[in-house]
Amino acid sequence: MNETLHSPDHHPYSLDEPHVEHPGYGTFIKVWAALVVLTFCLVGLSHVSQSYAVWGLLTLTPLKAGLVFYYFMHLKYEGSLFKIVILVTLGTLLIFFALLFSDVAFH
Amino acid sequence: MSTQASTAQPSYLVDTGARKGLLAWLTTTDHKRIGLLYLYSMITFFFVGVGIGFVMRLVQLTTFQKLITAQTYNALFTVHGVIMIFLFVVPGLPAIFGNFFLPILIGAKDVSFPRLNLASWYFFMAGAILAVLSLFTGGGAPDTGWTFYAPFSLKTGTNVSLAVFAAFVLGFSSMLTGINFITTIHRLRAPGMKFFRMPLMCWALYSTAWIQLLATPIVAITLLLVILERFFGIGIFDPSKGGDPLLYQHLFWIYSHPAVYIMILPAMGAISEIIPTFTKRPIFGYKAIAFSSMSIAGVGSLVWAHHMFTSGMSGMALMIFSLLTMVVAVPSAIKVFNWVSTLYKGSIDFEPPLLFALTFIFLFCIGGLTGVMQGALAINVHIHDTYFIVGHFHYVMFGGTGMALFAALLYWFPKMWGKMYSKKAIYVSWFPMFIGFNMLYFGMMILGMMGMPRRYYVHLPQFHTMHVVATVGSWLLVLGLIIFFATLLYGILKGPKAEDNPWGGVTLEWTIPSPPPLENFEVIPTITRGPYHFDQQEKA
Ligand code: HEM
Ligand SMILES: [Cu+2]
Repeated sequence: MNETLHSPDHHPYSLDEPHVEHPGYGTFIKVWAALVVLTFCLVGLSHVSQSYAVWGLLTLTPLKAGLVFYYFMHLKYEGSLFKIVILVTLGTLLIFFALLFSDVAFH
Repeated sequence: MSTQASTAQPSYLVDTGARKGLLAWLTTTDHKRIGLLYLYSMITFFFVGVGIGFVMRLVQLTTFQKLITAQTYNALFTVHGVIMIFLFVVPGLPAIFGNFFLPILIGAKDVSFPRLNLASWYFFMAGAILAVLSLFTGGGAPDTGWTFYAPFSLKTGTNVSLAVFAAFVLGFSSMLTGINFITTIHRLRAPGMKFFRMPLMCWALYSTAWIQLLATPIVAITLLLVILERFFGIGIFDPSKGGDPLLYQHLFWIYSHPAVYIMILPAMGAISEIIPTFTKRPIFGYKAIAFSSMSIAGVGSLVWAHHMFTSGMSGMALMIFSLLTMVVAVPSAIKVFNWVSTLYKGSIDFEPPLLFALTFIFLFCIGGLTGVMQGALAINVHIHDTYFIVGHFHYVMFGGTGMALFAALLYWFPKMWGKMYSKKAIYVSWFPMFIGFNMLYFGMMILGMMGMPRRYYVHLPQFHTMHVVATVGSWLLVLGLIIFFATLLYGILKGPKAEDNPWGGVTLEWTIPSPPPLENFEVIPTITRGPYHFDQQEKA
């Protein structure tokens, strides 16, 4: 991208808006701890029954992925265009999942 | 901006760099040369595919024949399908005409990433070579059909792994081309070339590029899973290991149905260029056609399971996908209506490109309408996996995309080589092609209605008459194809010099010399209005 050519205010949708302050190690460790806890929850759920396991996977795994995206992959500090693109992508993915489940869930 | 002085640039066909001859071509980053590299390699593959189709039809001349074994027939239709799909119709129009004309149509000097563009061609050739290797190595030519359905593709001893890997590599070529076109359209339009001033071919390529980019990774991963499953038995598709073979079908068609739109959208784009030029009228419903391309790309991504109506899917899914399939017919029909309305009261020049464009519309309508038939659940159950399907998809892919590719070739030929072909010989080739085509594929549809299943190497006596009709049709068709391509080849080598604008077209490619100079435009044009204005010419 043309960082040298355009200043951010000329480019409201620039993919590389100046990075705001970066999180400290504390945040990373907290997020990591949350991920570990969620993983234990998932493993626990899978011992209860299969449907618990599936629902756990469907809800908690996206949450975990979200945390990784948001903090570890710095989505939180990205520009709005970037966030919109990711949202559209996830929305599309959801439609595909829904259609697949129209088969699997009604077998 | 051009730094060009008054002296005209040499044509792109002249070697200007340090390298000469073949080496110059193999290392070129010029979008026009890369387009031709694709063209020459694809037409070669196409004729190999045609040859195999021809042999398959010969085999059906006798009932209970002893010419070839069932195994050989399985290999023949698989290789025929793989070649035609992955090496011809899917990459066809974007790789050839998209490469050659997209930059010119939007007033650019090249695509955004010229080297990546060359890399795509190398991926394409690498995939093709791997596909050929798979025929002679390992357990021999794959016998799964081009769909590689699990669990059979996991169990067969033939060299499915390499063939699937070849398709995987070809996928990269497709994705890279998609990225390149999207970026080119967003970044390299000439000043004033707004989105709604782009020729419709660009809209078609744009929507296609998004499908190439978004859908291809799915099939790539799916095919990779097949390989992993074959080597390591990971058990994702194999029911004996707890896998789900229906999952394979879902994943495969999530790509492969959109792939039929990768095939047809650029074909429709080319037709939308040809029809205004030969009627001297602006296209009827420009925005409707542009938006229908985008909505076909969108809705067309949500209909994949109509290939699986008899697979044991849930009733709920059957209804949803049947409905969505009907919906996607609407934007396709919009285009057909718009083309026909453009023809209405136009001043029609009946030149070869228009002849093939009309042939496209006719054959595509048959293909499209029989597609809607198959989208109806109750009918589908009866004709699934019969020759009806084989007839149907040849109408769409060959009668549709194939004919549009021929039309585009005839239309842009004078621009691409600066030469002209014999129009008379093209008219001559059309008759056997058209008659043979319909005998062959309408014959197949009748056979399917009678109950002839597809992918069988023999047939029962009651099907014999129609099989003979179809085979004779295939001879006529091949005859027509040979005359057609021989004419073009002769035109390239010995044809008379073409004018810069032989058809009276008004899009940008007709404003530059034939063949185009290396950098297309001496001065990048500034665009002040939409693409199809013929009024200036009328005054002249
Ligand atoms: C002269 C030209 C052609 C002839 C004679 C021909 C003939 C055939 C025949 C006999 C089959 C096998 C039917 C069966 O037993 O199930 C077949 C299958 C097929 N053809 Fe063609 N074809 C021709 C051109 C094309 C073209 C141009 C395309 C694509 C654009 C194409 C795509 C396919 C595909 C995808 C299959 C299915 C393969 C499979 O079942 O896995 N064919 N064709
Ligand atoms: Cu489909």
